[in-house]
Amino acid sequence: MALESKFSEVAENKFYSLAYHRFLSEKKLMGSKCKKCGHICVPPQPICPKCQGSELELVEMKGKGKLVAYTVIAVAPPLMVEEGFDREHHYCSGVVELEEGARVTARILGVDLARPEQIKIGTPVTVEYVEAMHGGENKTLLAFRASS
Amino acid sequence: MVQKKRKLGRGVAIVGAGLSKFGVYPKGVKTTDLFVEAYNELKESVDKGFAPKDIDAFYLGNISSDLFERQVHIAPATASRIGLIPIPTVRFEDACAASGVAFREAVIAIASGIYDIVLVGGTEKMTNLDTSHVTEVLAAALDPDSEVLAGETFPGIYATIATAHMAKYGTTVEDFMRVGIKNHHNGGLNPKAHFDVSIPEFMKRRAASAAKKGLPEPHWADEMDFLHDPAQNPIIGWPMRLFDCSTICDGASAVLLVAEDIAKDFTDKPIYVIGTGQASDYYIAEREDITSIKGSKLAAKEAYEMADVGPQDIKLAEVHDCFTIAEILAMEDLGFYKPGEAAKAIREGEDRLDGKLPINMDGGLKAKGHPIGASGVGMIVEVFKQMREEAGPRQVKKKDVSLGLMHNVGAHGSTVVVNIFERR
Amino acid sequence: MQKRRKLGRGVAIVGAGMSKFGMFKDKDSKDLFAEAFKECLESVSKGIDPKDIEALWLGNFSNDFFMHQGHWGPIISDLIGLAPKPATRTEGACAASTLAFRDGIFAIASGFYDIVLVGGVEEMSKRPTEEVTEGLALATVPYEGRVGFTFPGVFGAISTAYFEKYGATRDHLMNVTIKSHNNGRLNPKAQFNVSVRDMMNSRIARAKKKGEPLPAWKDEKEALWDPKFNPPVAWPMHLFDCCPISDGASCMILVPEDMAKNFTDDPIYVKGIGQGSGRGLHAAPSLTSFEANKNAAAEAYGMSGLTPKDIQFAEVHDCFSMAELVHMEDLGFVKEGTAFKAVAEGYTKLDGPMPINTSGGLKCKGHPVGATGVAQLYEVWEQLKGEAGGRQIPNKDLHIGAAQNLGGTGGTCTFTILERR
Repeated sequence: MALESKFSEVAENKFYSLAYHRFLSEKKLMGSKCKKCGHICVPPQPICPKCQGSELELVEMKGKGKLVAYTVIAVAPPLMVEEGFDREHHYCSGVVELEEGARVTARILGVDLARPEQIKIGTPVTVEYVEAMHGGENKTLLAFRASS
Repeated sequence: MVQKKRKLGRGVAIVGAGLSKFGVYPKGVKTTDLFVEAYNELKESVDKGFAPKDIDAFYLGNISSDLFERQVHIAPATASRIGLIPIPTVRFEDACAASGVAFREAVIAIASGIYDIVLVGGTEKMTNLDTSHVTEVLAAALDPDSEVLAGETFPGIYATIATAHMAKYGTTVEDFMRVGIKNHHNGGLNPKAHFDVSIPEFMKRRAASAAKKGLPEPHWADEMDFLHDPAQNPIIGWPMRLFDCSTICDGASAVLLVAEDIAKDFTDKPIYVIGTGQASDYYIAEREDITSIKGSKLAAKEAYEMADVGPQDIKLAEVHDCFTIAEILAMEDLGFYKPGEAAKAIREGEDRLDGKLPINMDGGLKAKGHPIGASGVGMIVEVFKQMREEAGPRQVKKKDVSLGLMHNVGAHGSTVVVNIFERR
Repeated sequence: MQKRRKLGRGVAIVGAGMSKFGMFKDKDSKDLFAEAFKECLESVSKGIDPKDIEALWLGNFSNDFFMHQGHWGPIISDLIGLAPKPATRTEGACAASTLAFRDGIFAIASGFYDIVLVGGVEEMSKRPTEEVTEGLALATVPYEGRVGFTFPGVFGAISTAYFEKYGATRDHLMNVTIKSHNNGRLNPKAQFNVSVRDMMNSRIARAKKKGEPLPAWKDEKEALWDPKFNPPVAWPMHLFDCCPISDGASCMILVPEDMAKNFTDDPIYVKGIGQGSGRGLHAAPSLTSFEANKNAAAEAYGMSGLTPKDIQFAEVHDCFSMAELVHMEDLGFVKEGTAFKAVAEGYTKLDGPMPINTSGGLKCKGHPVGATGVAQLYEVWEQLKGEAGGRQIPNKDLHIGAAQNLGGTGGTCTFTILERR
C-alpha cells in the first residue's frame, strides 16, 4: 500500500500531540523552538504561531517555573471523580510560567487546598509527573509542586 | 418551490489544495494534527506561494469530534496548530456534507466582500471508536423520532433505496459491482487512497494470503466472480455488500479560496467557482420517490443556473458514493443521465477515466475513503488537480477538462451541496 | 495589520424571537425552536410569509453529545416548513449562533440570498450534572481538561490572575452577580427571574418552615460570602458566579438593508461585525484578556467607524462573573484593570452610564449554549426598539447597542454592533 508509512509517521511525529504525551510518560516535558524567530511553545507546535515558520526543533524544558494562575476545584469532572476527587476532596489546577518563558497548564501539588485565597501567585514550582488511570487508560499527567 | 437564479457579488477561485493520506491512523492521533498534514501539502501546491498571515478566515467541516474524540470547538484548535490565531474560525456540520458546506460558506463569505482569502477544509478521526460505536455516531445524523427508532442505519437506508431502484428501472446487483470495480481501479492509481488497491489486485492478494496459510487457493473467473463470493464480499444490507460501502477512516483535506480579482497573484491556473447550490431534505418515509434524492436535484439546479451551464457541459465529476447505489443516483439526479439510464452508461464504461464523463477519478468515497468531515473538500481537491492536469496516472484521458462538478451529501440527502468549477 | 472589513451590501434585522430559557422536562429542542420561531414571525410588524425565507443557519454546540443527535440544520428546517431550502449548522462552542448570524449576513451581503433565518438551539438539561460538566468540558482545550480544568476552573484561574494583577477580590465579582440578578428579575424569559435578595428570602422562608435556625445575613454580600448559600465550584468561582445549565432557542430574520422597510418601519441595522479566535490558557498572550475579543472588537469598530465611547449599552458573555469584567476591558468600555472598580461604582447598572447585560446576562437568563449568541442580539433588538418592558434602559436616545459572545474558553469571540436609525 502506497504511503502506508504515513500512518506511523504521523503517529510518531515529534511535533504532534501523541508524541508530546509519550514524552510525558518518559518524564520529559518537551517544547518546540522556532529556528527562524526563536519562539518557544509547550506543547510543541508543528508551525510557529508567531512567524508561521515550518522549521522547528524539539527542546526539553528544565521543569522549573512559577505559578501565574490557579483554581481549586470543588465540582470535579467524571475523570477526576474516578481518581477520588469530589466536593470533600478538592484539587488544584493552574498555569505555570516556565523559566524558558512558555506557559503550561498543570495540576498543582503542595498547596493548601483548604485556604485557596492564600495560595500565592509567583510561588516557585517544580515539575512532577502523575500517573493516573482514566477510563481504563494509563496516563501520565503534568503536575508541578510548590516549593514550601 | 420557486427557485431564484442566484448570483454572487464577486467571483471566487481555488488556488491551492492539499490532502493527507486517508486510512486508519493509530489511536490518539488528533484530527487537528491530521489537518496539518493536508495544510502542509496545500502550501506547496500554491504555485506563486502565499503568506499565511494573509489568510482572513478559516472554515472547517467536521461531523463529530465531540463523539469521536471528546473534543468540541476544534476550528480554533486546528487554526492554532497551523499558526493562524487570531483569525475568525468556524466549524460546520451537516453530517457528511460538512466540508462541502464549509466550502460553499467560504465562497459566500468572499463574495460578500468581508474576506479576500479563506482557508477551507475538513478533518475527521473516526477510528478511535470501534465499528459499532462509529455506526452509532453516524446514525445520530438520522431523524431521532422516526428513523433511529426503527433501527435504521445508513447501509440499511441506502439498501432500501437500491431495492427501489432495482424494482423501478431493472438496475442489477452487477451494476452496483461495476461502480465498485471502476472506483477501485481509480483508487489503485491514488497513493492517498485508503484502499489504493484495484479489485484484480485484491484478488491476487487474497489468493496469496490463502496460499501462505496453507489453505486451498481460491480461484475467481473475474472481478464479478470475486464480488459474488460471499466469503470475500459479505452482504451488509441486501443488496449492499461490503464492496458497495464506503470506508470508515481518518483523513484531512484543505483548499485555499481567494477573490477572483487576486487569483492570478497566486497561480496562473486558478480554478474558478462559477456555481454553488445547496438544499435540505428529510424523513425518508416522506419522500415521493425513493429512487431519487430531491436535495441533489435542487442543489444541482441552483448551481447550474448560477453557472449558466447544463449537465451536458460538465466534463468530469466527483459525486457522493457513500454506497455504490448513491453514485448511480447522483449520476441521474445531477442530470448526467435520464432516471434509470445511468446503469447502461456504466456498462459501457462512460464513467471510467477514459470514458465520456469520468466519475470519481480518485477512487470515490469507496476506495479513497470517507473520513466524513474531510470528504467534501477531498472531492474538490481532486477536481482541482484534474482540471489543472496534475492528477498523474489518474488524469482523465479527455483533453477538455474545463468544467468540473462536485456533489456532497449529508446523511441520506438531508443536506446536499453542489459546486461547479471552471478553468479559463 | 488588520484589514478594514466591509460588506457588499448592508443587512437589517426585521424580526426576532426567543423561547423561555430554563430546564424543561417536557420540552425538547424542536418545541423550543418552534416557540422562538413563532415569536419571530409575529414580531415582523408588516408581516412575512415564512415561505419567503430562503435559507437557515443554525448554531448548536453539541446536541450530538447532550442528546445523541446531530444534523440539526435539516431537522429544524423540516420542523418549521423550510425544507428543502438549505440549512447549515455552525459550531463555535458558545458562540455557535453568532456564527450562524454572521453567515446569514454574508449570504445576504454576497447577493446570494435576500431573506434568511438565523438562530440557535441547545438542550442540555436532560443529562445528569456530571455528564453536562463533561460535555461542556469538551470545549476546553485538551491540555486543560487533561490536568483537571473544568469550565469554571478556567475562569477561576483567570480570576486569580486578575485579582493578583489589579487588586480585585471576590467581593467585586459579587457586584456583577447582584447587578445581573436585579436586571434578570425584570426579564420574563429568564431562567432565574429573581434577584439575589429574592433568593435569600426564599431560603429564609424555607428554613422557617422546616423549623431550622434562620440565616442572619445583613445584606446580599453576606449571603454570597456564606458557603452554605454560595458553595465553591472552582475557587474563586462559586455557585453564584456561574451561569446555569439550560435549554432554549432563539432566532432572527435578516434581509438586505434596502428591503427592510418592506417588513417593518423600524428595522435594526447591522452596523459592524467582528470575530476572532484564541488559544488555551497556556498559550494565551495574557491571562486577563482574550485575544479573540480584541480581534473581534477591532474588526467591528473598524468596519463601523465607531469607537467604544459610541456604544450605549451591551450584552456580554458572562458565562462567569469574572468574564464580564474581562469583556468590559477587552471591548474598550473601560480602561484595562478598572472594570471591577467601575462595576462597584454602579457604572453598568440598568440606569447607569453604560448598562451591561440588561437581560440578566447568561447568569440569570440562562445559557443554552447554541442559542445564546442570537439571544444576546435579541436583547439588543428589544432595547433599541423600546420593547424591553420593565427592564427598558431609561435613555430616550438609544440608538447603538452591542453584543459580545465568547466560545469555549476564548477559542472564538464575536462582537456585533447594531444600530437603530
